[in-house]
Amino acid sequence: MRVVLADYGAGNLRSVCAGFERAGAEPLVTTDPQAVREAPLAVVAGVGHTESAARGLEQRGLAEALRERVAAGRPVLGICVGMQLLFGESEEGGEGLGLLAGRVRQIKARRVPHMGWNALSVSGGELLAGLDGADVYFAHSYAAEPEEPVTVATVDHDGPIVAAVERGALAGVQFHPERSDRAGARVLMSTIRWSRSA
Amino acid sequence: MVKKRLIPCLDVAGARVVKGIRFRDLRDVGDPVELAERYSALGADEIVFLDVTATIEDRRPPLELVERAAASLEVPFTVGGGIAELEDARALLRAGADKVAVNRAALERPKLLTELAEEFGAQAVVCAIDAKSGEVFTHGARKARGVSAVKWAVKAARYGAGEILLTSIDTDGTREGYDLALTGAVAEAVTVPVIASGGAGNAGHLSDAFDAGADAALVASIVHERPELLPALKIALKERGWPIRS
Repeated sequence: MRVVLADYGAGNLRSVCAGFERAGAEPLVTTDPQAVREAPLAVVAGVGHTESAARGLEQRGLAEALRERVAAGRPVLGICVGMQLLFGESEEGGEGLGLLAGRVRQIKARRVPHMGWNALSVSGGELLAGLDGADVYFAHSYAAEPEEPVTVATVDHDGPIVAAVERGALAGVQFHPERSDRAGARVLMSTIRWSRSA
Repeated sequence: MVKKRLIPCLDVAGARVVKGIRFRDLRDVGDPVELAERYSALGADEIVFLDVTATIEDRRPPLELVERAAASLEVPFTVGGGIAELEDARALLRAGADKVAVNRAALERPKLLTELAEEFGAQAVVCAIDAKSGEVFTHGARKARGVSAVKWAVKAARYGAGEILLTSIDTDGTREGYDLALTGAVAEAVTVPVIASGGAGNAGHLSDAFDAGADAALVASIVHERPELLPALKIALKERGWPIRS
């Protein structure tokens, strides 16, 4: 199955590509909005600042393509900064895509960034089915605070952090499934199944 | 609660893994990516590749190695050694590294950490510090810099480092335990995660480093010699009550 990764210019998409390849998909990194519109699954991933990432998506017409997909109920997955981009204003600076209601705030904890393996508390959704209690890899200083009931998993880091969100065919994971060993591979395979059935 | 991490470190020279004692007498121990895959299968939480001769020989880290690692590894990995400027880090991160470790270049120009954090996020920026009797050294432990490791760690975090990789030259390769005073002082002084490095010999040493405040522990010679020690170390630490990934 074709998976397109929206290339906004700064993200490290190679590892996400490799993760989807291992999960049996055919990933394609693209700056072409048409490719983003048409693929069975579109992914927004990578590292970097939300502000420059959002700007990169807007300038290339990728933001519009993603909005159209979401409006049409076609599957979109955000990974790490990509999940944060699904929301609105970010304390890191700039505006996300505003596809989900909520903000992105700096993590308040003794150790920031929240770095390493942490156990998921899964409360619903499809992507993380069977992974309650599984350790996945996090590396982030900011986290989404949804203002609509989309949270399907949290982790504890001196308090709860939203680890995954789902609303219909729109989903986001704060952790890195492509670097989360077997649990991560399972998330990517579930994502492929989920986007096939959407 | 975030787990304590065990991180095998592969000291790379050119395209091979090497290991020395107190930063000297390097000997060949294998192919970096093959070893990393093996460690990952045995439960390594992350991998660090350090090109120990890159800065000395004024050579950039090998991108081909990073690309291979990125395609096959299912755990995160950091690459360090020879990163002199933003472009070097960008090339490594684009090739698939999850983090870059910057040492001498950051010490000489701390703004580099800020530039890296602004472009890639602090979570991708590790400041590697080599210390002897509490003082920062560079050039493979050959050059004293007249700066306290604790002070430099605090400054590095303020400039944008998202993690400190703290190696004690005094204990490196000795297997007699981490430098707990140094580890404790740095872990106390900064709010970013701290990786203790240099001196791991047994599970007790790792436990002591965590007690001192380290968030993660680097292991090298003990697992290079006996990779099967890795799962045994994790079990022993779990039995001591540390949060460890199964």
